[in-house]
Amino acid sequence: MMSIQKLFQENIQVVNIGSPSFKYDYEKQDVPYIHLEWAPPASGNLLILNQLNQLRTYKDQIDAANEKAVQKIKSAEGRLIAVKKAFDVIPNMSKNTILHAGPPIAFKDMAGPMKGAIIGALIYEGLARNEKEALNLAESGAIEFDSAHHHDAVGPMAGIISPSMPVHVIYDIVNRYYSYCTINEGLGKVLRYGANSEDVIKRLKWIEHTFAPVMNDALILSGGLDIKSIITQALHMGDECHNRNKASSALFLRDIAPFILQTSHDQTAKKEVLEFIKHNEHYFLNLSMPYCKVALDAAKNIPYSTVVIAMARNGVDFGIRLASSNRWYTAPANYVKGLMFPGFTENDAAPDIGDSAITETCGIGGFAMGGAPAIVQFVGGVVEQAFQYSKAMHEITAGKHQVFTLPPLDFMPTAVGIDVLKVLETGTLPIINTGMAHKEAGVGQVGAGLVNPPMACFEQALLDLTKHLKEEHA
Amino acid sequence: MKEAAVLKNSYYDSVTLMSTTVQIKKDLNLDDLVMFMGTEMNKEMIQSVGLYQPILDSAQPNDLMLAISSSETIDDWVNKVIERLTSKKKKDTSGENRRYHTLHQAKEAMDANIAVISVPGIYAAHEAYKALDLNMHVMLFSDNVSVEDEIGLKDYALKKDLLVMGPDCGTAIINGKGLCFANQVKRGSIGLVAASGTGLQEVTVIIDRFGGGITQAIGVGGRDLSEAIGGRMMLKGIDALDQDESTQVIVLISKPPHQTVMEKMKARLKTITKPVVLCLLDAHDDEVIKNVYPTSTLTGAAVEALRLIGIQTPDLLTISPELNREINLHRNQFSPDQKAIKGLFCGGTLTAEALSILRPYTQGLTSNVAKKKEEKMSNPLISKGHNLVDLGDDIFTQGKPHPMIEPTIRLSRLLEEAKNKETAVILLDFELGLGSHDDPVGVTLDGIKEAQQLAKKQGRHLAFVGYVCGTEQDAQGLKYAEDRLRDSNVIVAKTNAQAAMIAAELIKEVA
Repeated sequence: MMSIQKLFQENIQVVNIGSPSFKYDYEKQDVPYIHLEWAPPASGNLLILNQLNQLRTYKDQIDAANEKAVQKIKSAEGRLIAVKKAFDVIPNMSKNTILHAGPPIAFKDMAGPMKGAIIGALIYEGLARNEKEALNLAESGAIEFDSAHHHDAVGPMAGIISPSMPVHVIYDIVNRYYSYCTINEGLGKVLRYGANSEDVIKRLKWIEHTFAPVMNDALILSGGLDIKSIITQALHMGDECHNRNKASSALFLRDIAPFILQTSHDQTAKKEVLEFIKHNEHYFLNLSMPYCKVALDAAKNIPYSTVVIAMARNGVDFGIRLASSNRWYTAPANYVKGLMFPGFTENDAAPDIGDSAITETCGIGGFAMGGAPAIVQFVGGVVEQAFQYSKAMHEITAGKHQVFTLPPLDFMPTAVGIDVLKVLETGTLPIINTGMAHKEAGVGQVGAGLVNPPMACFEQALLDLTKHLKEEHA
Repeated sequence: MKEAAVLKNSYYDSVTLMSTTVQIKKDLNLDDLVMFMGTEMNKEMIQSVGLYQPILDSAQPNDLMLAISSSETIDDWVNKVIERLTSKKKKDTSGENRRYHTLHQAKEAMDANIAVISVPGIYAAHEAYKALDLNMHVMLFSDNVSVEDEIGLKDYALKKDLLVMGPDCGTAIINGKGLCFANQVKRGSIGLVAASGTGLQEVTVIIDRFGGGITQAIGVGGRDLSEAIGGRMMLKGIDALDQDESTQVIVLISKPPHQTVMEKMKARLKTITKPVVLCLLDAHDDEVIKNVYPTSTLTGAAVEALRLIGIQTPDLLTISPELNREINLHRNQFSPDQKAIKGLFCGGTLTAEALSILRPYTQGLTSNVAKKKEEKMSNPLISKGHNLVDLGDDIFTQGKPHPMIEPTIRLSRLLEEAKNKETAVILLDFELGLGSHDDPVGVTLDGIKEAQQLAKKQGRHLAFVGYVCGTEQDAQGLKYAEDRLRDSNVIVAKTNAQAAMIAAELIKEVA
């Protein structure tokens, strides 16, 4: 039956948008209604609203493109297949390349932790003997700095990847893309927070010389580990796979341990490798991140799509990328709000940093907080608040991730495929669950909490999108 | 003092420890407090903040380490800290009443079929598009929506077989339920489409008053029959009522449409089999179309529709002898200078209808709703001669509610008219129903009394003619409203057009 005739046969049910005085009239007449807690769309920004409305011309194409993007993202089947030297596997990586987190940035503009990590990496690579030499080298222009994202790679915090560093190699057997991420060093004084002391370099060397060969051999014996499956299980065990990786790291250890034992390496090396994973409850972060990266890359180059396929921060700027373009849309990064480690105050923290927001981009992390009650204290200690965040994210995404579900919310799928248009329209920003780095190099983590991307990233993306669509259709 | 303690086998999640540290520190007035599980890394952390004590050496990863510094000695500090650490958090109860922030959330929670939108015009089109996206019909109460948006919205709606009632649509009744400004009328067999809110209210109320009932009353917004919009929703509404099996008679209400729209409407009406009452306010069209019954007043439209379903009404536009007696009582008391009718209206379309009725009986009649240049009031704020003032005009409502919601904005004008020597008749309308004031008559009675006394003091008599647009089923109650007007010596009319006729009759001899 056509819609209007159908209306005439139904009981009317109203959504009231605007004047609350009409509520009483519905009540008087027993008309079921919902009164919307309305706020001006696009936070009242008429320029943005106008642009959003202009895009309605392409609504059908955009909807179809976004559906395709979400399908692609969900289809990814990432396997951890190897641990290899970055130089050997990462595309377009020279001996002088240093990759970093977030959108591209010149060395002189980098944040303290990122500079510290680069100094450490140059010493680790043997390109410099000390901090001073490293600084000179970094400033000389002889090092090619680039965003890890440009090389199919991601890294937490400073996200530094230098040529000799071993990286996890993830392969998506469905869409046939690769992605890469370093080995998580653990907590405390670590390179990703900009620490570059002797201990840090020593650990990196151990990872290169002892850990990587054992792990790579174990992976060969395993035939590849299903990372998506671990994420799926870990979400049912209280992880959100960004800030809480306890269950996933344990699951990973359970899966890999037998193969580690089967390798022909000596007992001490194997024991050290197992101990290393066991003591690092964030080991899996460096696997959930490249899984998310490879999944999101499956949605690259889909014209008309307004789905975000990367959110990343370099400690200065926050950048996002869309499925339909290769550009970064950047704006100054926000500061994380949350819990500070004892002895530190919010003044000690660097702005939001790292590629780890790739997890939220893929529908886990902050988006899955409703399934991770153990960390809800980041949001004020109330589980309900975490539920609200996970539900609210459905208002800004193009789809649902039926494989990533949240038991406390009746197995609600997580929201996936952040839609720039919906973010702008609702004024609701993606919620990111993240750690805080000290603003000075080498101090380490000073807290953890929640942060949002700047709205300006999404505004730029919209303006660019409308401009391009208009040009194409001119 | 600086002290530390180790609690064996007391595992706490680091987040719990971090989140409670600040509060406990404050509660116990400590200079500093750290709480950590006994890992080597955490020991280093405590050292780095200068609170480390040798006692912490023994701590294992499953032991809780506590260290404080305080300017005063605190007895039993360890227990005080633990007590606070283990006390249950207050539960947030905000989840009880679910709040909805987006249409999408609301639609998921309830299978709503109509969105009623009354947000500021600059945002209204956006919300309407979203409602249409979700396959909801739209009642767009907001005004200040651009012509482009109105066209865009209506075309999108037509594609999806959805209604967009508005923008600037004040009234609709769907399946017997009134939306925004609407009266409680019986259900029946007359279906209406209207480009005028109060016009729609008036016709449905008269139908109800004389025993008829309605199927659907669809508003389309005041601009739908303009050249630009081209009657998009009017034509859709005609189709919808034509297809609706419950509708036996169709009533269309509008100001005269643009010529091009008129032609489209006529073309459509020629193909329709149901009888159609075509009410084009204050207009005359001689073309005869089979099954189409033209009329130029709202009363005429209601009467014609009632006749078509077999209900005869008294002749509302002729003064009965009984009514004439009542009129004479007032007319005889006028002093020679009292010649003018002062209409103070809350309903815009009712003003326009009164204008069309009174025109043949008056000279120099002006109104702020007039379209003809010679009938236009040069300044609606200044009363001169026969005036019909729509107090819903922007000039009166800047920063104030519409007089249908707040009829008291009419009171000061009422007293002004009473002071005016030329004033003979004061014509008032009162709208009942949803959206309108809880007691429009009640808040006006004192003003009427004051006006009557004021005139009396100056040796004049004022005749008040009132019309209450409402039904007995309306919350305000038709009879209660009319009775109080009669008690205040107000002549009460059965329709708005009749009220205008009574006013004309009152000044007939003195004019």
